[in-house]
Amino acid sequence: MTVLPFLAAAWIFLVGVYGMVTSRNLVHAVGCLAVAQSSTYVLLLGVGFRRGGTAPVFSDIPVGTPVVDPVVQALVLTDIVVGATVTALLLSLVIQIRKRTGTVDPEALSELKG
Amino acid sequence: MSTSAVDFLVAVGLVLVGAAATCAALTRDPVRQSVLLSVLGVCLALLFLALQAPDVALSQLAVGSAVTPLLFLLTVRKVRRGPRAGPERDEGRGEGDER
Amino acid sequence: MSGRVRKVVFLLAAAVFAVAFALACTGLPHFGTAVHPYGSKAVAAAVRHRTANVISSVNFDQRALDTLGEESILFGSVLGAVVLLRRARDEDRAEPEPGRVLPSTVLLGAALLPVTVLVGGYVVAHGQLSPGGGFQGGVVLATGLHLAYVAADYRVLRRVRPLAAFAALDAVAAGAFTALGLAGLFAGAAYLQNVLPLGTFNQLSSAGLVPLLNAAVGVEVASGVIVLVAQFLDQAVEIESPETPRATGQGEDDR
Repeated sequence: MTVLPFLAAAWIFLVGVYGMVTSRNLVHAVGCLAVAQSSTYVLLLGVGFRRGGTAPVFSDIPVGTPVVDPVVQALVLTDIVVGATVTALLLSLVIQIRKRTGTVDPEALSELKG
Repeated sequence: MSTSAVDFLVAVGLVLVGAAATCAALTRDPVRQSVLLSVLGVCLALLFLALQAPDVALSQLAVGSAVTPLLFLLTVRKVRRGPRAGPERDEGRGEGDER
Repeated sequence: MSGRVRKVVFLLAAAVFAVAFALACTGLPHFGTAVHPYGSKAVAAAVRHRTANVISSVNFDQRALDTLGEESILFGSVLGAVVLLRRARDEDRAEPEPGRVLPSTVLLGAALLPVTVLVGGYVVAHGQLSPGGGFQGGVVLATGLHLAYVAADYRVLRRVRPLAAFAALDAVAAGAFTALGLAGLFAGAAYLQNVLPLGTFNQLSSAGLVPLLNAAVGVEVASGVIVLVAQFLDQAVEIESPETPRATGQGEDDR
């Protein structure tokens, strides 16, 4: 159990990157990027968890109760919303590529040949 | 709740998230993928709840299971529709999945 | 690069990553550990500033400057997407035809729209007390508004969503966050420092600057997501792109 969160985070990251590497569609590649991004949430919250702790909200529990780490939660919270808008920016780039070159297959884009 | 019960819930959540992420990354069709991303968003929200992070779960539920897949579906529709008077076969399918 | 070569390169990189990650994990705190030095300090600081929701306190009080950076990223991405997705000179606007909507869908959408907007407002306003805040509530508000599209049709959505107003609101809210930080400077403290009266713990009017920053971020996220979805809807539903793809490098001067 102690290694499972780390294993899961590594697996999610690698499977997302694998999807990106083998992608034949830029929309699909952006989706895989979103998957890879979610591995950071799993890792951060796994590090911040505390056995027996409750959520760090003291509106209905007495102050001093053991709680899980609020710092990593704050990091993840902002990143989820900001990450969604960055994904939207990438998708609008995909739409522009489609308009200008007529394709979303990265193999067919000569500018992206590496 | 005892700590072992919480550990079990977290383990189930991790396995669910891992499976959903694998399916989402390996699905080649972007329309299917956006539905699976939505499933991944819900699984992540459940995992965050088990990890005692209601704030993050709320954020993930609103963003990961609604906004992001919607943007993906709209992009797919724009990309597939292609040039003027192109095939409209994706009509309805584009947003229908999301609602 | 062929598909095979690419997979080999990926496998090599994945192996390197796996080893490095495993080594890094040995230095991380264990899962479920009871010792969280930063967490304990953050909890103590939040209670000192009479903020019941420690996460809001971290985001809008202790790390407010970082959140300013985050919301600038958000603002920049929305701005970039709007610029990329505006209608080009050679694109036409086709009036979308309203589809048939089931009466039950209309009823459900019309009933849920005010409820969702109310819930979104509640989540933003209670960010310092219960789970929630500007980031989550803003997204709820934005998605709630699009029930008008699900229930009725695109033209109704356009009427309930004055896009120019929301775009301006986005900028105003982003500016408001920056301006609220100046309160600290006027009071002789640091930028974005929580110098307002702190109020009573666990009351709506507590935590000083936190509810105000929460509201600014809520408005910004809500209007930002609304503007984003509007641009994508425009592209997917209304704008007809020309048949031949434009040559790269020209046509940058749209409008």
